[in-house]
Amino acid sequence: MKRKVYLDHNATTPVDRAVVQAMLPYLHEKFGNPSSLHLYGREVRAGVEEAREKVAQALGADPKEIVFTSGGTEADFLALRGAAYANRKRGRHIITSAVEHHAVLDTCEMLAEEGFEVTVVPVDRHGMVDPGRVAGEIRPDTILISVMHANNEVGTIQPVREIGLLARERDIVFHTDAVQSFGKIPVDVRELNADLLSISAHKIYGPKGAGALWIRRGCRWSPINRGGGQERRRRPGTENVPGIIGLGEACRLAVSNLDDEARTLKTLRDRMVSYVKENFKGVWINGHPGKRLPNSAHFSFEGIEGEALLLDLDLNGIAVSSGSACSSESSVSSHVLLAMGIPDEVARCSIRVSLGKENTKEDIDYFLEVLTNTVNRLRALSPIK
Amino acid sequence: MIYSAKVIEHFQYPRNVGEMPDADGIGEVINESCGDATKIYLKIEDDRIRDVKFQTFGCAAAIATSSILTEMVKGKTIDEALEVTEDKVVEALDGLPPKKVHCSNLAASALRAAINDYREKHGH
Repeated sequence: MKRKVYLDHNATTPVDRAVVQAMLPYLHEKFGNPSSLHLYGREVRAGVEEAREKVAQALGADPKEIVFTSGGTEADFLALRGAAYANRKRGRHIITSAVEHHAVLDTCEMLAEEGFEVTVVPVDRHGMVDPGRVAGEIRPDTILISVMHANNEVGTIQPVREIGLLARERDIVFHTDAVQSFGKIPVDVRELNADLLSISAHKIYGPKGAGALWIRRGCRWSPINRGGGQERRRRPGTENVPGIIGLGEACRLAVSNLDDEARTLKTLRDRMVSYVKENFKGVWINGHPGKRLPNSAHFSFEGIEGEALLLDLDLNGIAVSSGSACSSESSVSSHVLLAMGIPDEVARCSIRVSLGKENTKEDIDYFLEVLTNTVNRLRALSPIK
Repeated sequence: MIYSAKVIEHFQYPRNVGEMPDADGIGEVINESCGDATKIYLKIEDDRIRDVKFQTFGCAAAIATSSILTEMVKGKTIDEALEVTEDKVVEALDGLPPKKVHCSNLAASALRAAINDYREKHGH
């Protein structure tokens, strides 16, 4: 049988067996509505609150500050809209960065359509935001700053603590999307000087459809949704109980062995990147060389379209993602790569390789062997030399 | 993105790949919007395509359409080859995903450019 190697953990991760075990009782036996007063409800309520404590503990937060959501995208959406509307009498100016996830950028675009003013600060060639640039954009009417903790494509870790401090000194709400960093590097809400922070379960070996928004007590934020008293009216709707239980257990596991896992992944990743650097011509290694998630690597192979590379790897059992998609009349290169100043013709030759805890040295060896063959094959096909 | 088995097969094992130093006609087309590029080389004798080679930079659809097109025109007269249109290429591949249909345009245009190049060089 052909070997299968999953190297797309920044897209999603398999649910950890311990997480599955924690969730199972809540699918059938413990089916009650946590808002019900009877035994069925009470035992589920206890589970949900235990999960909230696990999430809070993993983030260095108070359980009351945790609001469960349907995932990272909803957490970002609620964070930005909730802060924007709670502060609109103080001002209408929002600052974000050019490399944010679409969950943030699209929400900012929506806010701009609704009369808010959005400034998008650029990044350097490593995808890094300069806190000085952020400071330079702050105005008297700035009410919200949102800069991600680590980038999902190239893995660059942003100077969030410094940006958070800038915001705090000026009484501006600061949100950070920690969906991609949480579980890979330490995330402590107080240390990051954040007011709002988003996480997602499925990036940390938890289930899809579950995430959380941390809202610092006292943060000027107001709920967006209406429809009931759940989550202390901050996010109404009957709780996704199995998802929440899974998120809680995934959070507990994510921080219990974080340092060892990060070190193992970094060793594997660094070995892979060194090999690519030494053995391939016309290759770009994207992202910050040092301040980068330990599991992430991002390459551009000149003369080979990322999607063709992805498909050829896929036909050999290897799963990665590409930095662009050729569709209809245009090839849409990643906004992150373009913001880093990577030329469009290079950006479209990119793949992202993101490792996870089940990957072995043999997996990486197999990947590098297939990659060598694939790059040689596709370059031989290309008229671009 | 689901490709037909035929697209995958041509992507994995493309036919008639390479350059042709003594080509009678060369056509190169770059899709300005998506950046894909195809180069087609023709060897023509007695108005008939005796040999054909291609090089393509692009996605699997762009590579597969180039490959099958070279198979379809090899041995044909120039007039017959000009009848191998985008639609026929897509049909021969058992279809392309809607977003990828535009890729078929690349190889067919490069073929027409190569034929024009031959005609210009040989005074037809």
